[in-house]
Amino acid sequence: MRKVSRLSRFNIASLALGLAFLYLPILILVIYSFNGSRLVTVWGGWSLRWYHEFFNDRAMIEAAWMSFRVAASSATIATLLGTLAAVALSRGERFRGRTLFSGMLYAPLVMPEVITGLSLLLLFVALNAERGFWTVTIAHTTLTMCFVAVVVQSRLGSLDRSLEEAAMELGCDPVRAFLSVTLPLIAPAIVAGWMLAFTLSLDDLVIASFTTGPGSATLPIRIYSEVRLGVKPEINAICTLVIALIAAVIVIASLASKLSSSQGESAAPL
Amino acid sequence: MTDELPRTDGVANAGGGDALPAARRPLLRIEGVAKTFGTFRAVDGVSLDIKAGEFFALLGPSGCGKTTLLRMLAGFEAPDEGRILLGDKDIAQALPHERPINMMFQNYALFPHLSVRDNIAFGLKRARMARAEIATRVAEMVALVKLEGLERRKPDQLSGGQRQRVALARALARRPQLLLLDEPLAALDKKLRQSTQGELMELQRRLGMTFIIVTHDQEEAMTMADRIGVMKSGKLAQVAPPRELYEAPHSRWIAEFVGDINLFDGETKLRDGHRLVIGTRDAGTLVVAEPREPVGAGKFSVAIRPEKIKLSRRAPVSEAGRETAINSLDGVIADICYLGGTTTYKVKLDTGGIVRASVANSARLDVDAYSVGQQIVAWFTPDDCVVLPS
Repeated sequence: MRKVSRLSRFNIASLALGLAFLYLPILILVIYSFNGSRLVTVWGGWSLRWYHEFFNDRAMIEAAWMSFRVAASSATIATLLGTLAAVALSRGERFRGRTLFSGMLYAPLVMPEVITGLSLLLLFVALNAERGFWTVTIAHTTLTMCFVAVVVQSRLGSLDRSLEEAAMELGCDPVRAFLSVTLPLIAPAIVAGWMLAFTLSLDDLVIASFTTGPGSATLPIRIYSEVRLGVKPEINAICTLVIALIAAVIVIASLASKLSSSQGESAAPL
Repeated sequence: MTDELPRTDGVANAGGGDALPAARRPLLRIEGVAKTFGTFRAVDGVSLDIKAGEFFALLGPSGCGKTTLLRMLAGFEAPDEGRILLGDKDIAQALPHERPINMMFQNYALFPHLSVRDNIAFGLKRARMARAEIATRVAEMVALVKLEGLERRKPDQLSGGQRQRVALARALARRPQLLLLDEPLAALDKKLRQSTQGELMELQRRLGMTFIIVTHDQEEAMTMADRIGVMKSGKLAQVAPPRELYEAPHSRWIAEFVGDINLFDGETKLRDGHRLVIGTRDAGTLVVAEPREPVGAGKFSVAIRPEKIKLSRRAPVSEAGRETAINSLDGVIADICYLGGTTTYKVKLDTGGIVRASVANSARLDVDAYSVGQQIVAWFTPDDCVVLPS
């Protein structure tokens, strides 16, 4: 019986290989970000030198700040629109064109980013919009809105409709019923959706490079252009910081969605 | 039986679908209500009066439209036709929160993010009640459904029975004119269901409130309700107190749906005063009491409940000289089903039919019990039979 719970050698080996394949490059990058040497591939002892370098690199800091602002605002708009779309799709009566609407909402999920980016670029050019912060933000909103909608809709789908009905017959009009019962119950999914949108926006290169303008490069664009001139160890430091930020957001998002799926279960029974 | 208990508010004389005195307006009047989903007519022209203080049950198989009717009373569906009058007001198109009606949901629909106390207070807060008054009312409700000490718990920290009580307290807290209960006991196990039935009836009587319950469980409807409306394919098949429904069903379908019954198809042969002689295919000639509404000649079914049929080793000799007074059928016991309180015997008649007789096990030791293959006489009086159109 003892053997049952233990992994066989083969399983351990394949697990180790799989994890190594996924995380070894990242691990090497993190280690090399603390490299004291000027050469990327030569180990020169532990140092925080490249982190110093990064914090003194104004252009890079500006790009990082730009990325952060784009991610935060596009995630907020996407969460608002995505939540409304999810509510309309799962709560609305069967309105005309509902299937078409849901299909169109999810199209960006499978659409190649190059196509999304290119078509948005054409649109902005046609509208004669000045490309910069707002065009990138709008582009990222269209990209991430569908992810938010998927997350929120799955939560709404698992929610009992009679909860809203109960609120209504206890004196709430439909809007109040939504605000006082449905919204608190889907809040964790909305938070998770926001964080997902935030990270997606933060690491997007393709769409951002299509839709941004001069002087408003996001961090991925900046890094990419630096790397083309040769990898500086400073890039390793930036990437490590980005990885840390994204990891933190993902951990919080998954905790939030776990909380949402087991609402209240964490509270121990008396 | 519940309909024999003394009731307040003049419900004691709750008759079938009889016309009410003009002075006593019903609390709720449903007039020709219909609802169609696509091409499916879920509720098809239902008219019904509910009196104040009544405990009314809507009974029917799944898909008969009883839940749709209840949802129309709550305001979750709007009827396509007809009126729903509460007092003098037509509420057919009113929204749920505009009606002085509350509902208890089948799955209770407790708000998982709120405590027991906040669940019960939810409707009171919406009614803009003063804070102190809310606290008093919640405490009153908690005591009413015996949930003291659990006020701070969340719904998922409660047992099924406790959740059911919270749902009830929440629905009662606003003191609605009418309480709708959608299969309120379906999720409870049998023992708990029976005790809760008693508590619900007690509560309804004490509060003098009007309850409409939807159920597919005929025993539950019989136990609790003053009157039962049986629904079939969107229509009300019969509205009657439990006893009348069971002993004088209007149709073959109702007779078979409510309880167990033996049915014999046949034709009238002779009319003798208040008796009809009916020749049946499977049980020979039967003498039955003429139904209240006289029937003409033609095809009929004779219906007898299993517990009305007596078994003995030889034919009874009572009412000697009038052999036709008693229907006695010879047969052989084909099957015995012991159920604890009663035993059901399946008797294969010499005339070809099968009759089920239910006998109370009134003694612990029955040395003289019948056995399979034994010759037997099954007998019953003309008054125990119901004549139904085929």
